[in-house]
Amino acid sequence: MSTERSGAEILVETLVAKGVEFVFGYPGGAVLPIYDALFGEDRIRHILVRHEAGAAHAAEGYARATGKPGVVLVTSGPGATNAVTGIADAFMDSIPMVVITGQVPTALIGTDAFQEADTVGITRHCTKHNYLVKDVADLATIVDEAFHIATSGRPGPVVIDIPKDVQIAHARWTGRAPQRRTRYDPQVAAAPAVIADAVAMIAAAERPVFYTGGGVINAGPAASEHLRALQALTGAPVTSTLMGLGAFPADHPAWLGMLGMHGTYEANMAMNQADLIVAVGARFDDRVTGRLDAFSPLSRKIHVDIDRSSINKTVRVDLPVIGDCAVVLAQMIDAWRAAGHEQTDQTGWFARIDGWRARDSLGYPLRGQDIMPQKAIERLYQLTRHRDPVISTEVGQHQMWAAQHFHFTAPNKWLTSGGLGTMGYGLPAAIGAQAGLPDALVIDIAGDASIQMNIQELGTATQYRLPVKVFVLNNEWMGMVRQWQELTYESRYSNSYSDSLPDFVKLAEAYGWKGIRITTMDELDAGIQAMIDHPGPVFVDCLVVKEANCFPMIPSGAAHTDMILYGDDVAGTMDDAAKALV
Amino acid sequence: MTSTPAAAQERHVLTVMVDNEAGILAKIAGLFTARGYNIDSLTVADITERHDISRITIVTHGPPAIIDQIRAQLERLVPVHKVVDLTELGPYVERELALIKVAGTGNLRVEALRVADIFRAKVVDTTTSSFVFELTGSPDKIDTFVTLMKELGLVEVGRTGVVGMVRGASAA
Repeated sequence: MSTERSGAEILVETLVAKGVEFVFGYPGGAVLPIYDALFGEDRIRHILVRHEAGAAHAAEGYARATGKPGVVLVTSGPGATNAVTGIADAFMDSIPMVVITGQVPTALIGTDAFQEADTVGITRHCTKHNYLVKDVADLATIVDEAFHIATSGRPGPVVIDIPKDVQIAHARWTGRAPQRRTRYDPQVAAAPAVIADAVAMIAAAERPVFYTGGGVINAGPAASEHLRALQALTGAPVTSTLMGLGAFPADHPAWLGMLGMHGTYEANMAMNQADLIVAVGARFDDRVTGRLDAFSPLSRKIHVDIDRSSINKTVRVDLPVIGDCAVVLAQMIDAWRAAGHEQTDQTGWFARIDGWRARDSLGYPLRGQDIMPQKAIERLYQLTRHRDPVISTEVGQHQMWAAQHFHFTAPNKWLTSGGLGTMGYGLPAAIGAQAGLPDALVIDIAGDASIQMNIQELGTATQYRLPVKVFVLNNEWMGMVRQWQELTYESRYSNSYSDSLPDFVKLAEAYGWKGIRITTMDELDAGIQAMIDHPGPVFVDCLVVKEANCFPMIPSGAAHTDMILYGDDVAGTMDDAAKALV
Repeated sequence: MTSTPAAAQERHVLTVMVDNEAGILAKIAGLFTARGYNIDSLTVADITERHDISRITIVTHGPPAIIDQIRAQLERLVPVHKVVDLTELGPYVERELALIKVAGTGNLRVEALRVADIFRAKVVDTTTSSFVFELTGSPDKIDTFVTLMKELGLVEVGRTGVVGMVRGASAA
């Protein structure tokens, strides 16, 4: 049945048809018609955030935890520009997201109208694709294509900018979006010959390592299962990037821990000494490789990625395998079996790995009743692991400690801003995840500085009765900034002290949260337990040893073999070339 | 890539077929600036009767690894249908059109006309003291012509940038 409907109504109908459960948004002048269409709409739940950055990060958290695309709705001008950080974050970390922005009426575009910004121009290079809808007749098709683009291939954010007059104008609506030719159809399976070469290289390797990344998570739970199966066939040890944690179980004997700047000694040494690296859904980020000309110098390299532009971008590889991680890993399992490959004897390889493991690179000294931040994470892990929690983080020392000391055995449990490194990500991401997974234990592990970047979202959790937990490792510093100042700038602590901190417990209580402060080791377990036991949202202000730093660490621009382990002297300065590195 | 010796720079001519939609040119030009790639010239025009597909010709230079990245990055854009590296593909023709204004009298004017004749440039505008020449050819040929005209009263030059096409019967 064909009827005439407004653009706003068509948008809502199309979102429903795409299976959208939640929209994270904030109203404003240029989206009022859409908000009116959402009024009384019970098929879509709108989560009203307190700042548009929160909407974008909440959509990211929802997407990462549920595997479904996150949807954002914001107004023109400042609504759109406030969302840009979250859009850029989703672009860097390949998070599927559809962002609907209102725009001033078509006739006013380009006149510097009230709340006008060139949203399509501003987001052009931090979206996978974007649209300005000029004709209401195109709207449904565009929304349909936007979801396809956001969720297929290498996922990413797509912006749809809709002028207010287009939201009001009417078009024919038949109950579904008119289909048009698919112009975006990425290759998901690799050529059989390439797969055969890849498994033959693995079968011939004496010191192989799987180096896996966020692509394995993005490819869905099947990819993680296939990774485990392929590891079981080949026997090779596995390391992962920050974004890939959980794809391979951290309690597995072949697990090396995270690699890179704050990765384990065994993971980085294994990369350095390997004769074969199998990169799966990882992109040789600078935080992983360290100094490029010293990166894994003895290895041949296989690179599995759905995005050809990730291949040979920074590190030359011997065998590119273009395809979806889940599909390619399944192809490799079949090919391994079909070729009758046998596991090579890696006893010697694992003996060397055990030698590196014995360095206990994540070790740290205890400080009596003072809480070491690593210990706080360890206890948090031990006391919550049976609940299979979803963990989000902000960005900084606490994030790295969480990656090192909280262990994951399943995908989609770890939500963190990896590529862009966005402080303020964790609280809204936890809110988005909790919306999608109402029964899960969702904890934002945060720092005292990061949490303040989107702390207004405490109100969002209160409003929707989302029982998220915030666990702040409070050292009264922007800890990672201070750590770099110690390492690089002779401890001149320029603006890295968290002065004038609020009383977080009182602040949380003012928002209707339960607030808990933990100050000594004696209180640690009881405080964490009280947090878990409370049915509503809880803010834990955990006061930790102020001067603790995050180790091990590969200084920026150094080789994997130049790790600083705990207790090494890190005070010092660097030459200008080293200072210029990020 | 730090501390690797600079790889040899290569000049490549790429043709890019794109959906003729708003912002596509900004997207491609912005990709080059954002990632620090070079654009020596860029031409664009729609080439279909329905005006839905444009053909962009980009002349760029860089080490082979960067050229490969440029191609991969272009292919990643949703409105991009096809990227062809003509330099990589094999024999191709490339042409550029230039308008060159020369002013002068007497011997200079006669000499300018003689050189134009040698280059098969057409006179498309004339006054008693000036010519506008139209010249089509490879960028090299146009460079040479412009250099010669500098001594013969060159006033200004306009160039279209290169369009290219693979030789032979089939499309690239």
